[in-house]
Amino acid sequence: MAPHGCSYSALLLIICSVSVFIVTDSQDTTLSGGHHAAAVEDNPQAATEAAEKTSEQPAVEERRWEATEVEEATLHEAAADKQDTPAPETEAPSPVPQPKDDFQEELVIRPLHSGDIYASFQFRTLWETDFMSGNKVSHYRLFPKSLGQVISKFSVRELHISFTQGYWRTMQWGQPFQPAPPGAELWVWFQDSVTDVDGTWKELTNVLSGIFCASLNFIDSTNTVQPSASFKPLGIGNVTDHRFLRYATLPREIVCTENLTPWKKLLPCGSKAGLTVLLKSEKLFHSSFHSQAVHIRPVCQDWQCKTTSWELRQTLNVVFDLHTSGQGKREWSLFKMFSRTLTEACPLASSSKIYIDITDDPQGELFELSPATPLLSQAMVLGDRRTFSVYDLTQPVTFGTVRSLNPLIRWKSSEGDMLRPLLHAERYVAGYGLQTGEIHTLMYNNHPYRSFPVLLLDTVPWYLRLYIHTLTVTSKGKDNKPSYIHYQPSKDRLRPHLLEMLVQLPPNSVTEVTVQFERALLKWTEYTPDPNHGFYVGSSVISSLVPSIVAMDTNITMDRPLFSSFFPCKEESSFFVRVYTEPLLVNLPTPDFSMPYNVICLTCTVVAVGYGSLYNLLTRSFQIEEPSPGLAKRLANIIRRMRGVPPL
Amino acid sequence: MAAPLTLLLIVAVTIRAALYRSSLADLISERVEVVSPLTAWKRVVEGLALLDLGVSPYSGDVFHETPLIIYLFHFLVDYAEITFMLADVITAVALYLTVKEYNKQVFRKQKFALEADRYPLDCLELIRSPKEMFYIPLKVAMFYLLNPFTILSCVAKSTCGLNNAVLSLFILSTVKGNVLLSAIFLSLATYQSIYPLTLCASALLYLMQRQYIPVNFRRASFWWFIVQYAFMYLGSLFVIVCLSFFLLGSWDFLPSVYGFILSVPDLTPNIGLFWYFFAEMFEHFRLFFLCVFQINVFFYTIPLSIKLKEHPVFLIFMQLAVISIFKSYPTVGDIALYMAFLPVWSHLHRFLRNIFLVCCVLLTCSALFPVLWHLWIYAGSANSNFYYAITLLFNVAQILLVSDYFYAFLRREHHLCYGLYLKRKDGSEATLVLK
Repeated sequence: MAPHGCSYSALLLIICSVSVFIVTDSQDTTLSGGHHAAAVEDNPQAATEAAEKTSEQPAVEERRWEATEVEEATLHEAAADKQDTPAPETEAPSPVPQPKDDFQEELVIRPLHSGDIYASFQFRTLWETDFMSGNKVSHYRLFPKSLGQVISKFSVRELHISFTQGYWRTMQWGQPFQPAPPGAELWVWFQDSVTDVDGTWKELTNVLSGIFCASLNFIDSTNTVQPSASFKPLGIGNVTDHRFLRYATLPREIVCTENLTPWKKLLPCGSKAGLTVLLKSEKLFHSSFHSQAVHIRPVCQDWQCKTTSWELRQTLNVVFDLHTSGQGKREWSLFKMFSRTLTEACPLASSSKIYIDITDDPQGELFELSPATPLLSQAMVLGDRRTFSVYDLTQPVTFGTVRSLNPLIRWKSSEGDMLRPLLHAERYVAGYGLQTGEIHTLMYNNHPYRSFPVLLLDTVPWYLRLYIHTLTVTSKGKDNKPSYIHYQPSKDRLRPHLLEMLVQLPPNSVTEVTVQFERALLKWTEYTPDPNHGFYVGSSVISSLVPSIVAMDTNITMDRPLFSSFFPCKEESSFFVRVYTEPLLVNLPTPDFSMPYNVICLTCTVVAVGYGSLYNLLTRSFQIEEPSPGLAKRLANIIRRMRGVPPL
Repeated sequence: MAAPLTLLLIVAVTIRAALYRSSLADLISERVEVVSPLTAWKRVVEGLALLDLGVSPYSGDVFHETPLIIYLFHFLVDYAEITFMLADVITAVALYLTVKEYNKQVFRKQKFALEADRYPLDCLELIRSPKEMFYIPLKVAMFYLLNPFTILSCVAKSTCGLNNAVLSLFILSTVKGNVLLSAIFLSLATYQSIYPLTLCASALLYLMQRQYIPVNFRRASFWWFIVQYAFMYLGSLFVIVCLSFFLLGSWDFLPSVYGFILSVPDLTPNIGLFWYFFAEMFEHFRLFFLCVFQINVFFYTIPLSIKLKEHPVFLIFMQLAVISIFKSYPTVGDIALYMAFLPVWSHLHRFLRNIFLVCCVLLTCSALFPVLWHLWIYAGSANSNFYYAITLLFNVAQILLVSDYFYAFLRREHHLCYGLYLKRKDGSEATLVLK
C-alpha cells in the first residue's frame, strides 16, 4: 500500500508543478502585453509633457501636422488618463465628417497704470446648429446643454448676462474689454416669433436664476425696461423692434462663489484643465473688481454668411490690487494673482493663448517680462493699437523645462502716463432730506477737438418720482438740447422710469444732466429688511461711437508712410464704447415698522370719534334733564310695580 | 359795501403777489400740507412737459389732474399766478354774494316767523338783527381771502383753489336759485374730485325749498324736480367727460384721476388720515379698510340731509367739512373753504362748548406741522410717528369743531321752538341733554 501511495503523491507533485509553471507562463504573457500597451501610450504623453526627451520632439511635431483630429483624440485621452478617469471610447478616429463646434480660450493680462493688474478671460464656444428649427437638438458636445435648452425653449435670439462685484474705475484703469455695471445685468432679444414676450421673460429670468444661482428671479416688471436705442443686437439679424428686447439690472446683487461655480460648469473643460484652473474663488473674490458674463448670440460662420452658428462667449474680468498687497513691490506673476500656474491647455480647445499687453513698454524699459516670448501680436482694441506678447498654450515649448508657465513682470520704474479715456461718466444724488433730490450725471468728453453723440439710458425705480420738466442738459455752461428723448414715466408698483436721450458732447467738455425726483413713502411691506441702508438705483448706461485714439494722432506720423496718413482711415475712425456709471444709493422716508397695530387702532379711533359725535347728534334729540331718582326710590318702584301699585 | 370788498380784494391780491415774488413761494409749493399729489402745481407742469414730449400724461403715475385742467393750463401756463389769484377772488366774491343772499332769506324767514308769533317769547335774544348780519358777507370773504391756509394754497399754486372756485360758484348759483347753473357747476366740481357728489342732496333740498316743492316722496312734483336736476347734472357730467375724452383721445384719465382718488396708491404724507393708515396696513385688509374709509365720506350724506332738511346751507357747510376731513388727499385749501363759512354761524357762538380748546389745538397743530416734518425728513431726529400724531390731533380738532357747530345749530333750533329758558316741571331751571 505504501509504494502505491508514494507514486500517487509523486504524481500529485508533478501535476502541481506543471500547473504552477503554466500559471507563471500565462502571467508572463499578460505582463508583456501590459508593457506593450504602456509603450503605446507613452507617445501622446510625451506630446503634452514635452521637453525632457528632445529627440522625440520632431516625431511629435510630425504627428501634429499629419492629422489634427487624431492628435486631439489622443490628447483627450492623455488628459483623461491623468485625471485617473476611465478613458472614453473616442480612441479610434471617429467617422464624423467635421466637428461642428469649436472652443477657444484666451487670457489677456494688462498691467494698469494705477499699479493694478487687469486679467480678462474669454472662452468662446461656436456651434453650427439651429436651435429654432422643428427637430430638437439633443446631442451636445462642447456647448452646454442647459443653455442650449434655454435658447430653444424661450426662443432667445441673444442673451447677455453679467454679474459684477465692484465698480470699474474708468479714470484709473481705462476702458474695460467687456463693460458691466455693478450687480447683475441681463438683456435679452427674443425671436420675433414670441407672442407673449413678458411672460417668456418672466420664465426665462426664473430659469436663469436657477442656472446661475443668482437672484435673477427678483427681475419683474418694476425693474424691466425696453430701451429703444441703447441696446442693439450684437449678433446677426436685423430685428430692431424693441418690443422683443428686455433689459433689467439688479444693482444690489452680490456676486460670489456660488455664481462662479455654475459659470465654470458651462465650460467644456470645467475647472480641470486649461486656463480655467486659474479660476479659484478664494483669489478671484479677493480683488478690486470682479465681473463674469455670458453672451450668447448668432454669428456668421463664414464671410459670406451662408451658415450661421451660435456663439457662447463666457468672459471673466478681474482686477487685482497687487501693489498694496505686495508691500509696495511692483511685480506680479500668474502665481501671485491666482496662486496657480499653468501646465497645459484645455485639450478640447482649438486655441489657447495668453496675451500680455506690453504696448506701454515697447523697448522693455518700464518692466521686464519673463519668460520672454518671441510671439508678438498687434490688435486694435477700443480704438487703440495695442501690442501683446503671446503665449500659445497649445505649444509644448511654451511651458519650458519646468513644465509650467508662470509669466512674471517686474517693474523697473513707475513712470508712464495713461492716456485719459475719451469717454467717462459719473453720477451722484444731490440734495438733502428725504423729500426731494436731484440726480446729476456727468459725462466727460476728453477728446481734444472732436465732438461725438452719446446715448444715455437711465432706469429709475418708480419710488423715485422723476419730474421730467426739471431735466436740464448743460455743457460748457450752455444749454445742450438733446436731439432725441424717449421717456416712459413710471407706474406705481408696476413699471420704472425709462429715460433715453441722445446728447452731443462737445469736445473737451463736461456735460451735466440733472433731473429732480421726489421720494415716495412706501407701504411698510415694500421696504427691504434694512430700509435705512437705502435703495439702489441701477447704473446709467452710456453708449457711444467714440472717435478712435489712432485717428486722433494725425500729426504724429512716426512709422506710417506718408501716403497713408492724409485722410483719417474710416475703419479706425470710431469705435463702440459702453460706459456704466456708479449705481446710486438713495434713502427713502420710512414709516415706523413696529406700529401697524397702533396706527390702525389710533386712526380708527379718530374716525370713530367723527362718526360717534355725528351719530350722537343725528339720532338723539334735546330733552330736559330729569334728575335721576335715588337708588332706594328706584328699588321701591320696582317692588311697587311687581305688586301692581302705582310707583312713587 | 362794494368799497370794503374792493379794498379787501386789493389787499389779498397784494399779499399773494408779494409772496409770489418772494423766495418763500418755492418753499411753500413743496409743503405736503399745502399740496397733495392731486393738486400739486409741479405735477401740472410735469403733465404739460409730458404732453410736449408726445407722451400721454396719464401713462405715468405723476399726473392726476383732469384733462380740462391740463388744457386750461396749456394756454394759461404763463399766467398761472394770475389764474390762481383770480380763482381766489372769484371764490371770495361768490361766497360774499352767496352769504348776502342767504342772509336776506334768513332775515325774511325770521320776519315771517315773528309775524306769525312762532317764536317763544324768551327767544328774542336769539333773533338776529340786520345790524349784526350786515358785515357777515364781508367777514366771509375776509375769512376766505386772508386765511393763511388759502394764501398758502394760492402761493403754492395748488389746483385746490380752482376746485374751491367751482364749488363756491355752485353754492352761489344754488342759493340764487339757478337750477341749470347749479347742476353744471356741481358736475364740474364732481368731475374735478369725486367727493362733491354728496352736495347733490343739499342742492336739491335748497332748490326745492326755494321753489316751495315739499319734500314728500308721494308727490309727483318732488320726483319730477329730482329727475330734472339729475338729468341736468348727469347730462353736463357726461358732456364734460366726453369732452375730456375727445381732447385726449383715450379713457386713460379715468383710472388715473378717479382710480387714484379712490384707491389711494400714493402714500405721500399729508394732513389727512389715509397716508399712514394705508402705509401701515396689512395687505389682506387693505381693500376692506379702503372701502370703509371711502364709504365713510359719503355715508353722512343721507342722515345729515334728513336731519337738516330745513337748513340746506348749513347742510352744505357740514358736508364740505366732512369731505375735507375724510377725503383721501386733503390739503389746507379744502379746510379754508369750509372755514370761510364760520362767520355765517357767528350767532351760534353762545352755544359752542369747546371752541377755545379747538382753536388752540388747530393753531398749535398748524404750527407743529412744519416743525415735525422738519424733524422727521430733514433733521432725522424724529420719525414718522411724530408727524402722524399731529395729523391725528389736527383731524380730531376739526371733527370737534364741526360737531360743535352742529350741536350749537341744533340746540339753537331747539330753543327757537321751545324757548330759551326752559323750566322743569317743578319750576326749577332745567338743563338740556341729548337723549
